[in-house]
Amino acid sequence: MSDIKKPGMSRRGLLKAGAVGGLVAATPSIFIKDAWAQEFRNDPKNTGELKLGFNVPQSGPYADEGADELRAYMLAVKHLNGEGDGGMLNTFKPSMLSGNGVLGKKVTYATGDTQTKSDAARASAKRMIEKDGVLMVTGGSSSGVAVAVQSLCQEQGIIFMAGLTHSNDTTGKDKRRYGFRHFFNAYMSGAALAPVLNKEYGSDRRAYHLTADYTWGWTQEESIKNSTEALGWQTVNAVKTPVGAGDFSQYITPVLNSGADVLILNHYGKDMINSLSQAVQFGLRDKQVNGKNFEIVVPLFSRLMAQGAGDAIKGILGTTNWNWSLQDEGSKAFVQSFGAEYGAPPSMAAHTCYVQTLLYANACEMAGTFYPPEVIKQLEGFNFDGMGNGPTLYRAEDHQCFKDVLVVRGNENPSSQFDLLKVVDVTPRAQVEYDWTIFGGSLGPYEVKM
Amino acid sequence: MTNTKKLLLNDTFVVIIFAAAILAMPIWLDPIGGNYPDLLQKFAIYGIFAIGFNILFGLTGYLSFGHAAFLGVGSYAAVWSFKLLTMNVIPAVIFGVLFAGILAAVIGFLSLRRTGIYFSILTLAFAQMSYNLAYSVLTPITNGETGLQLARSDPRILDRLFSQEQAAGLPSTDLFGETMSGYPGFYFCAVLLIVCFYISMRIFRSPFGLMLKGIKSNQNRMRYTGLNTRPYMLTAFIISGMYAGLAGSLLAVTDPLAGAERMQWTASGEVVLMTILGGAGTLVGPMLGAGLIKYFENIFSAFDDNVLTQAFSFLPDSVLEFVVPVVGLFVGSGWHLTLGLLFMVIVIFLPGGLVEGFRRIYDYFKSGGGNAKTQSVEARNQAGE
Amino acid sequence: MDAIFIQILNGLDKGAAYALIALGLTLVFGTLGIVNFAHGALFMLGAFCAVTFQKLVTISAKVRDEGVTAFVAYKEQPYLESWFGDTGRIIIDYSVPLSIMLAIPFMLLVGYVMERGLIKHFYKRPHAEQILVTFGLAIVIQEIIKAYFGANPIPQPAPDILAGSANVGSWVGLGDNLVYPWWRLIYLCFSGLIIFAVFAFLQFTTYGMVVRAGMRDRETVGLLGINIERRFTVVFAIAAVVAGVAGVMYTPILPPDYHLGMEFLVLSFVVVVVGGMGSLGGAVMAGFLLGIVQSFASMNEVKEIFPGIDQIILYLVAVVILLVLPRGLLGRAGVMDD
Repeated sequence: MSDIKKPGMSRRGLLKAGAVGGLVAATPSIFIKDAWAQEFRNDPKNTGELKLGFNVPQSGPYADEGADELRAYMLAVKHLNGEGDGGMLNTFKPSMLSGNGVLGKKVTYATGDTQTKSDAARASAKRMIEKDGVLMVTGGSSSGVAVAVQSLCQEQGIIFMAGLTHSNDTTGKDKRRYGFRHFFNAYMSGAALAPVLNKEYGSDRRAYHLTADYTWGWTQEESIKNSTEALGWQTVNAVKTPVGAGDFSQYITPVLNSGADVLILNHYGKDMINSLSQAVQFGLRDKQVNGKNFEIVVPLFSRLMAQGAGDAIKGILGTTNWNWSLQDEGSKAFVQSFGAEYGAPPSMAAHTCYVQTLLYANACEMAGTFYPPEVIKQLEGFNFDGMGNGPTLYRAEDHQCFKDVLVVRGNENPSSQFDLLKVVDVTPRAQVEYDWTIFGGSLGPYEVKM
Repeated sequence: MTNTKKLLLNDTFVVIIFAAAILAMPIWLDPIGGNYPDLLQKFAIYGIFAIGFNILFGLTGYLSFGHAAFLGVGSYAAVWSFKLLTMNVIPAVIFGVLFAGILAAVIGFLSLRRTGIYFSILTLAFAQMSYNLAYSVLTPITNGETGLQLARSDPRILDRLFSQEQAAGLPSTDLFGETMSGYPGFYFCAVLLIVCFYISMRIFRSPFGLMLKGIKSNQNRMRYTGLNTRPYMLTAFIISGMYAGLAGSLLAVTDPLAGAERMQWTASGEVVLMTILGGAGTLVGPMLGAGLIKYFENIFSAFDDNVLTQAFSFLPDSVLEFVVPVVGLFVGSGWHLTLGLLFMVIVIFLPGGLVEGFRRIYDYFKSGGGNAKTQSVEARNQAGE
Repeated sequence: MDAIFIQILNGLDKGAAYALIALGLTLVFGTLGIVNFAHGALFMLGAFCAVTFQKLVTISAKVRDEGVTAFVAYKEQPYLESWFGDTGRIIIDYSVPLSIMLAIPFMLLVGYVMERGLIKHFYKRPHAEQILVTFGLAIVIQEIIKAYFGANPIPQPAPDILAGSANVGSWVGLGDNLVYPWWRLIYLCFSGLIIFAVFAFLQFTTYGMVVRAGMRDRETVGLLGINIERRFTVVFAIAAVVAGVAGVMYTPILPPDYHLGMEFLVLSFVVVVVGGMGSLGGAVMAGFLLGIVQSFASMNEVKEIFPGIDQIILYLVAVVILLVLPRGLLGRAGVMDD
């Protein structure tokens, strides 16, 4: 147990840190904008290092997604410290990042395993905050975890940059002053999907929902229902399925005789893989109902997860936050450096995590301090571009990013093993915006007592 | 020598040593990276959980696979107490223990009609039902997957009675003004752990405990003597459930959130593993097992390649390139692997768990003429890793 | 009527899966007295035999996609296909059923090694220690699979001609809307076959007879001068093979990942215990019973009356059965009830 030394315990590491710290301490203090002398948790002070906490699922069903997030974080750290080709640092506008760390401090990190469980994720985040002294926590692959860690971070006065979380609640009823989400949400999926569904499948459809029985599933079901019913669709039934049900046959068979002609799967991860491949096995897609072809829709699509469903995803419509095949400058730069580093394209989870890290670093530069309330004020209402989703706004009222949403379709004839999703349409930002008051909740205070 | 032995047997002395070791955890866990409030709290809380489980399993041999249900109920009761009544932790703890006790009485009453594996599966079934319901249909009470949290708008009737002013953020749990996060939270848990340890020791030594041991060795014989064993069993089950409820409420005290996955079978399985790993039926064993598993979960999972590269930076680069990925398989995202191997190694070579291992070391040094007293203290210390 | 008929089919299909996993578990429980928490891992290993076999037959020439420059993206052209044309294509298409040929010897070996190397030392140890060691082993197996194959499920398509659905309704005169996937029907027949084979082995061979005698009274059989240890090894290996082939055949229904075993572990224990310790028939019965009950509880009509009933029905039924029948459906006195 004790053969592995604590980080920083090794003599060489200590010497190095000492040397860097000495250098920074020697820099005339006029260059360090230190206008806010407030005390705050994990203030790096004169250490010359800034530590970020990467809290991702490393065990459990989302371990692969977590691994991809971690890769993105390490790449972001490299780019911030001026190593590698710089990636999106070159395309991110307006940016004060120059590749020499953040506010002159070298970026380092600590990692943890959320296990995709609220308890474990909070324990891991607490370890980073209490032991490793991180200034910001980021990552995660589920909304339950995001909400749980976000509220912890609010209490601790540590900024939380959410990873993959799609529930409306994260920036809705459970939003927090210290929590920020770049990823899109269920409402935006519904709003983006509706026009495409209208175009492809018409306005006279009868939908049947299968919904994962937990908060994310419910918010997505609600959002999709609202936007499809606005098209004129009817909702035949909405059935809750237990999380991790594995075999969905008993939920799929009733669809056959329900008179529905569209099946909407509000599932993510393994549930999505299982329910989708089983629904296809049951021959749903070969059916004709009400004189129309039966269709399946998966509102939240992820390339990493789609792999597990194999051929079943071909032709299925859904939305995604980002896809590596995008051709804007930011995406190209990111895919280029991620691909060169790891030999595979980044997933949408990796993209959002990378962007979140850069956004936080840039906000610190803009604030000229690590003091969280000032950093938060910089992020609130921040307009930026060049990060792969077009012009984007971090809305001040609920800390939700607003950007274009991609509608994708499972590729019928992929040209490579990564070419699983094809972008059908880009729904412009204006169409997915909504009034922040509809979800309730309140952000809470800037200042957190220590 | 005989003097020392007498001292060791003395209960008060054992408790004092135990208390000293627990309260000094921040000092002796520091070198191995275990000194931060959250982990210390977890050590103490899961120690209580395991000690309580051991009262049932260690004494009676009844293997419950559903103890996580009581942990979860304790947490939910405590968080509701924070939401409805007051942020003071005393009522929260009392409600946690009370509700867990009531649930244990119901589940125990039904499950104890059966023995052996049938009993285990009954308890498992009850716990899984609680978990599945908490995750889905009971969401209004449990807040489902996200977990039950505090909100600014909570009524907190008692607190409002005494003060009208409202803080800007969420209130934190407190014990008459002392905030229960960080180190004060740990000391609160640690004191309760010591009390629990003492009670458990008294139970082990009491006629009641002997009766339970009698049931374990031969239930039928006890019955033939005309004794109705059920009330004894049920009492042990309820006490054990209340320990779990206490642990659950302390989880909420140190971090006011109650998640449904606390009730899942994996959580029930975890306490079983902790107890067997440390040594079922021994006083300190279950605690050691709990400490070891929590240490792995929190510390080993955090060793990423970056940390490893630093730790092995004394090696030449060519060796380093080879060593880091190999070691990386066992730590970081591979920490489960090490845990699995550890389970196997300990149970294969040390039937009787960690405590058995320390006994062997102790015997070895005793026969070698080493100083028995310091040895045993040290053994205790190491065990917390 | 249609709905009920199809839910019965669903229930049978689920029941077949439960029964097949429980069968091996109860065999080991009943004969060797071992609480094998690694049984789920054996099921998962079987499923990964199918994955490995598929990987082997689809070893491919990689045709690079020149449009992508940042990393190597390629389209796979399996050698089998380019060398043997249609024959190769058929082999790849049938990789799941064919992989049973890999699974049987592999699982035999795994079972043999596991019993000789580990389990046999635990016959006389307390159940608690058996749980700890087999659970540890399950974690180790699982993590090794994860390190090699990743955590994501890996799709294992059924052969093309079995990918669609059979028009079950027209077979029984219930209209055209009643379809059921071919592969699930095959799985049902397959599990019937395996269950029958295991029963026949135990019932109609002298070898099986001795094993059955050993289940009832190990000591006496040993006293008769029969090498019961050897037979135990064989029984354990058979249990591993049954779990393994069950895993292989289940892959088209549930794309396998490293965690598959743990998901079935708890359930298979519930099935075995509800069936009654030491009873093969009981386990099979309990498997089908729980499968059918679960299917019916998931019907919308039922869920409207009892919301969330589909989440707990398995455990509810288990509790009721165990409280009414002290030793499950067909359990015998004296087996694992102390």
